[in-house]
Amino acid sequence: MIHSLFLINHTGDIFLEKHWKSVISRSVCDYFFEAKEKAVDPENVPPVLQTPHHYLITIYRGKLFFLSVIQTEVPPLFVIEFLHRVADTFQDYFGECSEVIIKDNVVTVYELLEEMLDNGFPLATESNVLKEMIRPPTILRSVVNTLTGSSNVGDTLPTGQLSNIPWRRAGVKYTNNEAYFDVIEEIDAILDKSGTTVFAEIQGVIEACVRLTGMPDLTLSFMNPRLLDDVSFHPCVRFKRWESERVLSFIPPDGNFTLMTYHVSSQNLVAIPVYVKQNISFFETGNCGRLDITIGPKQTMGKTVEGLMVTVHMPKAVLSTNLTASQGNYTYDLATKVLVWDVGKLNPQKLPNLRGSLSMQAGAPKPEENPSLNIDLKIQQLAISGLKVSRLDMYGEKYKPFKGVKYVTKAGKFQVRT
Amino acid sequence: MSASSAFNDEKGGSSSVGEPEYGHDPASGGIFSSDYKRHDDLKEMLDSNKDSLKLEAMKRIVAMIARGKNASDLFPAVVKNVACKNIEDPNQLIRASALRVLSSIRVTIIVPIMMLAIKEAASDMSPYVRKTAAHAIPKLYSLDPEQKDQLIEVIEKLLADKTTLVAGSVVMAFEEVCPERIDLIHKNYRKLCNLLIDVEEWGQVVIINMLTRYARTQFLNPNINESLLEEGGGGEKTFYGSDEEEDEDEEEKEKKAEAAVMAKRKPYVMDPDHRLLLRNTKPLLQSRNAAVVMAVAQLYFHLAPKAEVGVIAKALVRLLRSHSEVQYVVLQNVATMTIKRRGMFEPYLKSFYIRSTDPTQIKVLKLEVLTNLANETNISTILREFQTYIKSMDKDFVAATIQAIGRCATNIGEVRDTCLNGLVQLLSNRDELVVAESVVVIKKLLQMQPEKHSDIIKHMAKLTDNIQVPMARASILWLIGEYCEHVPKIAPDVLRKMAKSFTNEEDIVKLQIINLAAKLYLTNSKQTKLLTQYVLNLAKYDQNYDIRDRARFIRQLIVPTEKSGALSKYAKKLFLALKPAPVLESPFKDRDHFQLGSLSHLLNAKAGGYQELPDWPEAAPDPLRVPEWTKCSSREKRKEKKVEKPFYSDSEGESGPTESADSESDSASGSESASGSEESGSGSESEESEEGSESEEEEEEEEEEKDKKKKKKEIKKPVQESESALKNYELLHRITGEGLSVEYCFSRQPFSPDGNMVAVQMQFTNNATSDTKNLHMEDVKLQSGMRVKEFPEIELLPAGETATAVMGIDFCDSTQAANFQLCTHTRKFFVSIQPPVGELMRPVFLTENEFKKEQGQLMGMNEITERLTLDVKCRNEHAIVQRVTTAANLSRVPCGSDKECRFAGKTVTSGSLVLVTVATKEEGAAQLTVNCEKMVIGTMLVKDILLALTQ
Repeated sequence: MIHSLFLINHTGDIFLEKHWKSVISRSVCDYFFEAKEKAVDPENVPPVLQTPHHYLITIYRGKLFFLSVIQTEVPPLFVIEFLHRVADTFQDYFGECSEVIIKDNVVTVYELLEEMLDNGFPLATESNVLKEMIRPPTILRSVVNTLTGSSNVGDTLPTGQLSNIPWRRAGVKYTNNEAYFDVIEEIDAILDKSGTTVFAEIQGVIEACVRLTGMPDLTLSFMNPRLLDDVSFHPCVRFKRWESERVLSFIPPDGNFTLMTYHVSSQNLVAIPVYVKQNISFFETGNCGRLDITIGPKQTMGKTVEGLMVTVHMPKAVLSTNLTASQGNYTYDLATKVLVWDVGKLNPQKLPNLRGSLSMQAGAPKPEENPSLNIDLKIQQLAISGLKVSRLDMYGEKYKPFKGVKYVTKAGKFQVRT
Repeated sequence: MSASSAFNDEKGGSSSVGEPEYGHDPASGGIFSSDYKRHDDLKEMLDSNKDSLKLEAMKRIVAMIARGKNASDLFPAVVKNVACKNIEDPNQLIRASALRVLSSIRVTIIVPIMMLAIKEAASDMSPYVRKTAAHAIPKLYSLDPEQKDQLIEVIEKLLADKTTLVAGSVVMAFEEVCPERIDLIHKNYRKLCNLLIDVEEWGQVVIINMLTRYARTQFLNPNINESLLEEGGGGEKTFYGSDEEEDEDEEEKEKKAEAAVMAKRKPYVMDPDHRLLLRNTKPLLQSRNAAVVMAVAQLYFHLAPKAEVGVIAKALVRLLRSHSEVQYVVLQNVATMTIKRRGMFEPYLKSFYIRSTDPTQIKVLKLEVLTNLANETNISTILREFQTYIKSMDKDFVAATIQAIGRCATNIGEVRDTCLNGLVQLLSNRDELVVAESVVVIKKLLQMQPEKHSDIIKHMAKLTDNIQVPMARASILWLIGEYCEHVPKIAPDVLRKMAKSFTNEEDIVKLQIINLAAKLYLTNSKQTKLLTQYVLNLAKYDQNYDIRDRARFIRQLIVPTEKSGALSKYAKKLFLALKPAPVLESPFKDRDHFQLGSLSHLLNAKAGGYQELPDWPEAAPDPLRVPEWTKCSSREKRKEKKVEKPFYSDSEGESGPTESADSESDSASGSESASGSEESGSGSESEESEEGSESEEEEEEEEEEKDKKKKKKEIKKPVQESESALKNYELLHRITGEGLSVEYCFSRQPFSPDGNMVAVQMQFTNNATSDTKNLHMEDVKLQSGMRVKEFPEIELLPAGETATAVMGIDFCDSTQAANFQLCTHTRKFFVSIQPPVGELMRPVFLTENEFKKEQGQLMGMNEITERLTLDVKCRNEHAIVQRVTTAANLSRVPCGSDKECRFAGKTVTSGSLVLVTVATKEEGAAQLTVNCEKMVIGTMLVKDILLALTQ
């Protein structure tokens, strides 16, 4: 299926290649470079390209292109999903997925790629299984390895892939048994000029960090599971139990994982935590414009809005800005024409305001459209949908684990049209 | 591996193998020995049994390679020693890795070894090794396609495998090697459906795609009646015959659908297997893996009744939250789906709204979907949204939006005028691209009904004063020329203005001015003759030769002179021919003839190796799919069953680990063990509960549980019993029992309260007219050493009812009867149970090697051999296996030869091994060998099996 993989940085250097079948010349990437040139923006390079003898399927992650070469029919999503899984694995192993990190850990990277695909077909993609075979690098181990010349390939054989629970490694032991769940909700919204909601929905995800000894069987139940409109699960979740009882029953993988993602649809009224008063105008004459943005709390359920940030992609003609922020700092990147206002905490008594003038390129026509505002924010201790975990039960093991649930609401793709 | 590549290189660069080589030879030491001989020598050494010799040979070969000598013909012998040794390693992971390494060597010379290794691994007892064998198949196939037939045999064998681990990999091999052999799927169809949810994600994708194709050849089109109705009817009109839905909602829906349709037309009845596929794939829409979701979505799109396809919309919309590459692919597929099944995405209209931060290619696709979703009811919302988009800074996107508006206007008559007006306003846009695109779209719209829109043409004519964008000016001039008859007064005036500014115009505009002049000359020469002449004269001396050419050509064509040829007669026809209105349709139209989600669909071109999605058959072929259980009777690999138990599958109400875990914690908290025995006593035959009680009981016995994991293993190792019909024996005839009849059979389930007991399942039937009460047993008379675990008392057996109970008897590995009294509230009956020798054992799983080893230790007096002639009906492997396993509770041992069937078991009480071999010969002759420490058992078993095989 997947013939070869090339890792390409954003300047167009191929810095790593791996072939699972025969070697394919890197000249095949030329077709990709051509398309990249044409697309200007890396996000606009078509993920699937056809060349005379091959198909190229590419993803763009962390300023890197993961380019895979395909020779025959294969579902494109299969490859895309796999490539993202590769990137996720790098992230998981090395903390980030960048050119420098990959080059630093090139041996581990090759070991991982060798295990993840066999003859182009995914073999071991579960983090728990991989980590049993190939240990993630630590500073101590890399020092030891350099001195002794040993590798970080595990001494013991992984048993995970042999069992019915391939996502969990066997023989897990902890002195402190703990299970933490983060309920993270993101509000996706489009607000129009007048502040009316054009479209809003909540995307939630439950990230788990489970460090429990043995083979625990967990059941997580909610106070109000009917709220969830659409769900997707980690393979460990028993779907039938969800269908019949609306509880999450699962034997967790060891460590960090995404237990479920969910969706609260726009039919339910989605609370919009902030309102934005804005006035951006460009004048016909004088090559200038005005900008005035005020943000205030709307439906915050009594919690504090933090990490407030406004990002504006200005029209190309805007040369510079002369603004005053009543709170926080703002920056304007002249090259990318991006205005970022980092507000911080939202104080309902004293609403943050950013105002001032924009100077325009002389002779440039007045921009027709006002740029839309992208809002970023964070509310701790709150799931905006109202979702609540009621309890976590553990079966199969006798110890008492430490349990914790945390709620966070963030802005997702939160856009205000102006 | 490094050695292998050395061989490989060596082979490439070497002189021909046959060339004799003299001297300098470290291997033979003899000056005169030829190349062949030397290699023979080494081969012999490598094939020998002594490790030291092999090592020596290897050293010499390495020395040869180092000196640049060709050693490629020794390659197989080397591989055999390096890889094959590991292939027989007791550790399954080592065996698997060895096969992986071996199969990755891309040298044709090792094809035979690889083939052997794959075959061997395909019948390995470890599912993980079998999975690796499946992975090796495409590798070998790409190395040597001539092996196809043999590989198909292996695939067929592995397809029958019942483990989730193997299923995905073998279907992948099937798709690569023999996707056309759909017949291989019949037998395994239901099993694949049932295993699906427990298969790993990547395997799920491959299986679902393959089953989509399969279903298209085997079932009837569920929408066969729908196609008679007009599109957009929607609603639940589909009827399907399955009533085995467990889900209540489903059932309700079904009933509604049924009711709705019953009145209307002849019912279409869905094949239960078709239903099975739809039902078992549906939960996977909740997968975290986008590829799995897409696979299920395309399956539903291609196979489900129209009323049910809707369920996929929500899942696909969810994927729009994922990475932009995922969005890109999903949107392409949604775009195709929205053309055929618009209704299902309508509720999610807003999910396709565009954000300014979306990449352009995503914006354009969302626009496509929005356009496809537009209808009379939502068009105003969509147009309002489009208005926002038109102001975007992303001009490519604006152009696409204008095109989209144009398409909405063509498709929805009501809004055509609104759209046109909107577009006309755009003509004053400052952006060249926007204007040009608008003019082009307006032009297309006007071409549909020019007569109705002469005012717009007039309006556009006025625009020529203001609009400077050449492309737009050119388009307007073309429009006026084309429809000059609708604007007879304005057209000559426009030409007049253009003639005035001709020299200052851009080239494309000049060309259109000439064009306009020519058309007007032909229709209205009176007013425009002079103007035309003037324009043509200006053009004659233009700097651009294209324009000069065009002017010369047109003058010849329209102005009749003596020289002008016959063509000028047709000038009017040439210029003012009716031009077909351009068709504004989605580029995704008809793309669904490619299987959705495929690469070919995305590219809209057939990719290499693409398997066509077959059309529905006219009539359903005979169902060749067999129920899953029939295959079990062959008991080919009983050992797998422990693994195969679908822990997470939906078909099981409760999954394994939960159960065992629950009961364990129960007993740990001090609950009574009685509950366990009651549970089994009450005759619940489900393996699940048996297991649960077993675990409890075990826990009871060894209060101090030392090693939990060991126990877990035991719990997970239910010895599944034969599904072949169990023989029933009579315990009490209904006449003797005065209405109470009792039958018993040896259920072959492990008797959980006591591992040394044989489980006897009894079935009580009350044929009398009055109730029987307090059914229990008393006064057990046993030979020394034997023990009985009584069944729990049955308090009430109403008239006409049947009850079952399980008791355990430790027969001490003898066939002596257990005598006891069966008591009711009124009577007592003396009964006895005598076991056939075959029931005194339970299956054990051995590999071929283990079997041979054990057999070697049970020779002499412990071995009994008999010759026999097989019954005519019992001359194939399957029948032999069936008969032997019916006669005795043994399990099959994998065996390389097809002339031999081997079975193994252990006696229940003492755990002595029982090994049975049936070797078949010509014409039904056979030899039966039984090896058993307990000679009495052995002798009796020989008799029983002999009887079973000869009758």
